[in-house]
Amino acid sequence: MAPEPDEIVPIPVKIIVAGGFGVGKTTFVGTVSEILPLTTEAPLTEMSRGVDDAGRRTGKTATTVAMDFGRITLGSDLVLYLFGTPGQARFQFMWDDLVRGAIGAVVLIDTERLADSFDAVDYFERLGMPFVVAVNTFDGIRRHRLADVREALALADTIPLGYCDARDRVSTRDTLIGLVQHALLQATA
Amino acid sequence: MTGIGNDPTGREPRDADELGGRVRPYTITGGRTRAAGIDLPVEALLQRTERGAQALPAARMERRRILELTVEPLSVAEVSARVGVHLGVARVLLGDLAAEELVVVHRPPSTEGTNQLDLALLERVLDGLRAL
Repeated sequence: MAPEPDEIVPIPVKIIVAGGFGVGKTTFVGTVSEILPLTTEAPLTEMSRGVDDAGRRTGKTATTVAMDFGRITLGSDLVLYLFGTPGQARFQFMWDDLVRGAIGAVVLIDTERLADSFDAVDYFERLGMPFVVAVNTFDGIRRHRLADVREALALADTIPLGYCDARDRVSTRDTLIGLVQHALLQATA
Repeated sequence: MTGIGNDPTGREPRDADELGGRVRPYTITGGRTRAAGIDLPVEALLQRTERGAQALPAARMERRRILELTVEPLSVAEVSARVGVHLGVARVLLGDLAAEELVVVHRPPSTEGTNQLDLALLERVLDGLRAL
């Protein structure tokens, strides 16, 4: 038996927000989400277990990795989910599952810890999934020139790179708009 | 005397400690980590059917909670977070409920094959974001 026939069930779409520990993924998701970010957990595989501080700790061994997500209703028939996921390669077992069918990804970076974003950049490049790179300006200060960041990340000129204040609604929204525009461009290329 | 392989503190390694006293997550699903014959992306929306509503009074624990929550369309991830079970566990439970036709699954477009989403859909997402 189906629900009421006249009831509109929205189409769910998703965007991935990837980045290193403490880079502001949850802030980003929470700023633009209409719900308080929810947390779901995925069990860590043996291989990725007990490596660092990105997972939830129970005793001395992390057994799960937390993933925060939010929701944005885009009209009556469309709902966008944002999934924040750790950006290091050892969490790839999660990404493979998570990214299927995604519009694309925002790789959020902290210029003080650029290396934390290498794996995510590699991953989305290899996958051919549309992604943009956003430099989180934690305190509103732009410490590095984008050209230098692009060079340090060995980022192709075709990949959009910009600043983002994860605490600012307009800034996060514009980053998402940039990603969807890029996805459209890539889809029509 | 301390020899090779002896823990200097004299403690035995105890696996139970490392589990932190948590219940093994898949106990709820009888050890199954996969729902039979159903693939549920994290953003797939699930909604209780009329049959699901009728089954609610007799349902127990997590199943009951899911049937309560899915009165509105809710994603797999939201069910996982709000019921307080791992994503994988939520998938198995929801897969069971779907197989029993107690919930209906609304799939996102194009989760099979390519990662390419429909252009018209992308345009709508763009319009929606701009209107925020």
